[in-house]
Amino acid sequence: MVSQIVSAVGVMIVGVFVCALYYWLSDKVLNLALPVRDGDVTQASRNLNRRAVIRPWLFLGPALLLLGIYLVYPVVATLILSFYDRGGQTFVGLANYRWAFFDAGFRQSIFNNILWLAVVPAACTFFGLVIAVLTDRIWWGNIAKSIVFMPMAISFVGASVIWKFIYEYRGAGDTQIGLLNALVTMLGGNPQVWIALPFWNNFFLMVILIWIQTGFAMVILSAALRGIPEETIEAAVIDGANGWQIFWKIMVPQIWGTIAVVWTTITILVLKVFDIVLTMTNGQWDTMVLANLMFDWMFRGGGDSGRSAVIALVIMAAVTPIMIWNIRQANRDAGGH
Amino acid sequence: MASLSLRLKRVGLPRLIVHLSVLAIAILWLIPTLGILVTSIRDKDQITTSGWWTSFSSSTQTSAGRLGDPSTARQEGASYVITGSVFEQGQGGTVRSFGVRVQEPAAFPAGEPADLGEGETLTIESDGSYVYTKNGPFEGSRGKRIYLTVATPPEFTLTNYQTVLQGEGIGQAFINSLTVTIPATIIPILIAAFAAYALSWMSFPGRALIIAMVVGLIVVPLQMSLIPLLRLYNEVGNFFGTSSKTYAGIWLAHTAFGMPLAIYLLRNYIAGLPKEIIESARVDGASDFEIFLKIVLPLSFPALASFAIFQFLWVWNDLLVAIVFLGTGRDQLVLTGALNALLGSRGGNWEILTASAFVTIIVPLLVFFGLQRYLVRGLLAGSVKGG
Repeated sequence: MVSQIVSAVGVMIVGVFVCALYYWLSDKVLNLALPVRDGDVTQASRNLNRRAVIRPWLFLGPALLLLGIYLVYPVVATLILSFYDRGGQTFVGLANYRWAFFDAGFRQSIFNNILWLAVVPAACTFFGLVIAVLTDRIWWGNIAKSIVFMPMAISFVGASVIWKFIYEYRGAGDTQIGLLNALVTMLGGNPQVWIALPFWNNFFLMVILIWIQTGFAMVILSAALRGIPEETIEAAVIDGANGWQIFWKIMVPQIWGTIAVVWTTITILVLKVFDIVLTMTNGQWDTMVLANLMFDWMFRGGGDSGRSAVIALVIMAAVTPIMIWNIRQANRDAGGH
Repeated sequence: MASLSLRLKRVGLPRLIVHLSVLAIAILWLIPTLGILVTSIRDKDQITTSGWWTSFSSSTQTSAGRLGDPSTARQEGASYVITGSVFEQGQGGTVRSFGVRVQEPAAFPAGEPADLGEGETLTIESDGSYVYTKNGPFEGSRGKRIYLTVATPPEFTLTNYQTVLQGEGIGQAFINSLTVTIPATIIPILIAAFAAYALSWMSFPGRALIIAMVVGLIVVPLQMSLIPLLRLYNEVGNFFGTSSKTYAGIWLAHTAFGMPLAIYLLRNYIAGLPKEIIESARVDGASDFEIFLKIVLPLSFPALASFAIFQFLWVWNDLLVAIVFLGTGRDQLVLTGALNALLGSRGGNWEILTASAFVTIIVPLLVFFGLQRYLVRGLLAGSVKGG
């Protein structure tokens, strides 16, 4: 135990040190290679210019290298692998895509993903908005906000254990130790194995993600609500609008952009949902989603890189519109400077 | 804050409803976590026999027992007396009531003498000691059957934590998690800060393109990277004749996956620093390296802290990258992986699962409550990444 800690700390220090050393050393080498303290003024200024050309790439180098190897290259490689067989050796054309089209498991996953996409972003945004509005009105609102925000810090696996305990099932005669079944029996119902109820179990898994992500929506929307100009609401009050009308017709339209950001952010998260399904059901009882199916095919029977690449590409395709929208938005912001 | 509450007051829902609904929401959000916290410190037998929400009140149970047998009776004047305790050695609790017939197991309150008829009187104190008297000799060879209602006080223990830290590999996994998380948090900050500086304050061809690429890469799903990288790692491992699952490998993976968001967040912040400071430093002859180290880095502390928290939470809580790039061997598992493995092997042992889960979430929770301010700031600055 102690030796592991010592070696871990040692390796950590070396890792961070090597990284810092690169920047320091590359800067030094650049200065030495292109000296400016010579008597020759034209040479010095030429070297100064060369430094200015090279230095950005020294600063950017490691970042670009990492992005290239870990994100850009894999996107291309995955695309290519999707046309090859399970071992990535033989070209098989569209066979993997054809498989996906007719595979029941794949269709089940698509269906479940759509279900998640329809429910989770909407629920998180709605609850986040309601909680933001309510907590802004009371003196202990920040405490309540902290509590709702807290699950953000909890891992999906941790949250799954937490909720699995809530869904815990004991036979009908026994004392229920899971909160949900205890409530159900208290109200006179029969205890259920919630996570094994096909179709409905999807919703019990979604609850976990909603529990985690509502805090995120709340924080962002709360900040947006505070940015609404006072006058617009005063004017509405003077015109005799009631609370409901002010909320839906004055406040919500003004934070529409923020709602869209929250919605898309959670949408991307939902497309990649993996940990929750893995730990709760591992895709059993019709709860499979794309990310888990892909993981399954990566390792099932030695792995099938072709099929798994196709599934990854489907997730990628679903994310692409949001990606393009983000890039456009960023370019517009940059143009505005 | 004040102005908003003022303005919403005019919007007007009854205040009480607002308080009550927020209270309900807070309780709803807190209860799941509270459940595993409470369960993790309960006795492992109590966990399986009662819900955790009952653990604060003493649980009452009805049990049967026998008084001392007639041979232990002493004669005191005209009457015979049997004394003793209804509890066996080591047993504890508080007697609430008792009875002598199964139909009425709680006929008499504890501490008061009960007239059992035929000249018999029984007094059972709440601590379990009893005095049983009869105005003549006791008959029979066995002690009298009694029924007790006993309240056991809530009992909490840290044994579960001891078990999981030592016996279930959670202690080891905790150290593995730290080994993965700390460098995977520090290294990307350094690399991204240099890149963000270059993208904000240095001019070179292709800058706008790189910024657009970074923004685009923020949302690229991890799933796209897994297959090619796994193959790449295996090839590199084979080439050097070592395992492909190394700490260096997972640090680089986490560093790269966090890089787009890091560059985006830091660039937004660093580009917003006052132009005058950086230009006057340039006029004074400071090199870009010096400007970065001595001016930009200290000034960007809030943004660095925001990203550090993101990255820390993301890496600590990650499962997918860890199981793919570090493996599922027992000595390589990080906390999330270990917890996932326990869900499989210890499915019904809630004392182990809840204690393990709490060990897993305690560090991020502390970070969260300690540095919530920076986390919120970071979220507001860069709410485009989907985790």
